[in-house]
Amino acid sequence: MRPYIREKKDITFDDVPENTSFEAGYLTTVNSGWRSDRPVIDTTKCVSCEQCYLYCPDGVISIIDGKAAIDYDFCKGCGICAKICKIKAIEMEAERK
Amino acid sequence: MANKVAESISREEFFYGHKACAGCGGSLAVRAALKVLGPNVVSVLPAGCMSAVGFNFPQLCFSNNSIISTFAGTASMLTGVEAGLRARGFKDFTAVGFAGDGGTADIGIQALSGAIDRNDNIIYICYDNEAYMNTGIQKSGLTPFGAKTTTTPAGSNIHGNIRPKKNMFEIAAAHDIPYAATASVGYIYDFIQKVQKASKIHGTKYIHVIAPCPTGWGVAPDATVDIAKEVVDCGLWYLAEYENGSFKLNHKPKEFTDVSAYLKKQGRFKHLTDEDIQIITASRDKKWEFIEKNFEL
Amino acid sequence: MSRKFLSGNEAFAEGIRLASPQVISAYPITPQTIVVERLSEMVEDGSLKAEYVHVESEHSALSCAIGASAAGARAFTATSSQGLLYMAECLYYAAGGRFPIVMMNADRSTALPWNIYGDQRDSLSQLDSGWIQSYAENAQEALDLALMSYKIAEDKRVQTPYMANLDGFVLTHTYETVDIPEREQADKFLPPYETDNRIDFENPKNMAFSAGPDTNYIFKYKEHKGILAAAEVISETENEFAEIFGRHYTGLTENYRTEDADYIIVTLGSIAGLCRETADKLRENGVKAGVVRIRYMRPFPNKEIADVLGNVRAYAVLEKDISFGNEGTVFTNVNSALKKAGVDVKGYNFIGGLGGRNISAGDIENIITGIANGTENVNFIGIGGEDNGK
Repeated sequence: MRPYIREKKDITFDDVPENTSFEAGYLTTVNSGWRSDRPVIDTTKCVSCEQCYLYCPDGVISIIDGKAAIDYDFCKGCGICAKICKIKAIEMEAERK
Repeated sequence: MANKVAESISREEFFYGHKACAGCGGSLAVRAALKVLGPNVVSVLPAGCMSAVGFNFPQLCFSNNSIISTFAGTASMLTGVEAGLRARGFKDFTAVGFAGDGGTADIGIQALSGAIDRNDNIIYICYDNEAYMNTGIQKSGLTPFGAKTTTTPAGSNIHGNIRPKKNMFEIAAAHDIPYAATASVGYIYDFIQKVQKASKIHGTKYIHVIAPCPTGWGVAPDATVDIAKEVVDCGLWYLAEYENGSFKLNHKPKEFTDVSAYLKKQGRFKHLTDEDIQIITASRDKKWEFIEKNFEL
Repeated sequence: MSRKFLSGNEAFAEGIRLASPQVISAYPITPQTIVVERLSEMVEDGSLKAEYVHVESEHSALSCAIGASAAGARAFTATSSQGLLYMAECLYYAAGGRFPIVMMNADRSTALPWNIYGDQRDSLSQLDSGWIQSYAENAQEALDLALMSYKIAEDKRVQTPYMANLDGFVLTHTYETVDIPEREQADKFLPPYETDNRIDFENPKNMAFSAGPDTNYIFKYKEHKGILAAAEVISETENEFAEIFGRHYTGLTENYRTEDADYIIVTLGSIAGLCRETADKLRENGVKAGVVRIRYMRPFPNKEIADVLGNVRAYAVLEKDISFGNEGTVFTNVNSALKKAGVDVKGYNFIGGLGGRNISAGDIENIITGIANGTENVNFIGIGGEDNGK
């Protein structure tokens, strides 16, 4: 469980709650547009030591089938994972737009 | 290869999709602590970076119960949340606050002192990025000596901030708090263990974690963890605990790395003269003399 | 029902005991202190089961109450004067978050010069903060309002915090015989607090968030509608209260001999009693005087004021307040009500009682004489009009 993207819609008068409490973890926008570089994981090298997972400020790295995997919708491309990876299994590559 | 620390905390993400700057140390501290404390945590965050980036209706980035407090009111709202839930019969929950350095050492210190005095059963985590970053890098009571901020400019007359950091860790300890600790996001295992420990202690717990702000410190976004490690390695910060009336040092660098190298990597310290750096080094040495005399090593 | 000889503060504390708040944040300030003292004794002797929190300031008092309310608990705090101003940020916060906290405010002068005695400049300066504001006249009403306040504030249509104002010393410290309802009846009248505006471990919430320009004004519109809805809920609540406890209240205002009145004094709080006595005396001399006591400044009794002042020759607004550089705030509000209703009657403002200065029966007689003969728009009792005063 983590906050996840909801269907995009305009907030109407009736959608605005009576008070300032609302469903937790309700996301309407992604952060992928922030990136100029993207981390790319070489799964042949990854030993799932989970350093990148632990140090990611955005929590976008998870371990899937024993390998690190990145949620590119929310990765901002800070590069901490590439720097922390001792075996250099993560490379930062320029985003092509 | 199993990572024991990773295994010891929740696989869920509780702080996700937020709009913090890339490489934000504060968001790393919040994320890690929430993964330790699990789904029954209620987080209270004052006006500041982490609330500004996480609570913009309808983009709401905490999957656990979370609430923004007034800037001065982190600790007092935590008190109310904890008392309210207890009064309603809840037992299995943790109330945790995440306030920045300004929210803790300046505007929030009175409420924090009150909460510690009452020994309210809360965890208070100060993510210290050493200035008011949300408003654009102004000096706080935890801005270190020499740092350039937008209210402590570095010119030929004055070289940035003229005062050292307040020692919030020892201020908390002086209340004889059940548990206080210092940490750094550069040593995330140590931080995680301290949050785990705090969650098992009854009463007020205070954890002060250094959380670099790449934007405010003038370092690259990917340097956050390295610089947070280096501040410990060069001795300008230390990893320690206060418990049962005594101080304990958790990590003693065999040899300090170069203070000058740490400072010169950062835009906020670029202007410092050799003399300034000597003052900083001398104050570090004085602090370590105190630590060696008064802390269990 | 039992009867006790109590001060206004003590009566209010008795009402709060019957309302069973779950969290009380307490900080002393004259002349409110007795309320938090009595409540601490009730918690100590077990007659009130509440978490009693010794906060270190008024800001924390209300911040703690907001946290408790966000946790779904019924919360109470009390303050006065400088304390109310110190917590001002939290007033807006509680109202914007729609947390139905109840707070007693002992109306007291604000510094400088320092003064501990009663006037209403503290609470009237916070009319825009989004709180329901009641002004009690006597200890019995104070007790009854304490019990009714939560029912009004917590109503789903309202969801608005409630500030119960008691005139400092004149009401807070004056003793009178008070009827105290039975616990069982109080519980029947006021059920436990239920809300979805709270922390929820099954369906977690993010609360007290930011809202940008596109939705912020919708939140503010709904906040406004909530406090407006309180008018009807106050009336319903008073009817139910009368059925159970036998004491009747009259909504946002209370009128006295207004039906045929030529001259009316509009006022609020504990001075109303003397105004009524004076009106009686003047009527014996052939002057048809009446009194309107404003019981609620928010929501404001626009309609009630316009209805009652529509046929008078002149009216006076007597208040313990001045909005420096203009006039008394109650006067401004009353005039606005008349303007909106198209009522064109000459009104005058009388400022008195600042810093606890006595307002005598003679002063009130002079007010009626003044408005019958015409006087300045804004008059300071005992000094004169703002134009020709000493």
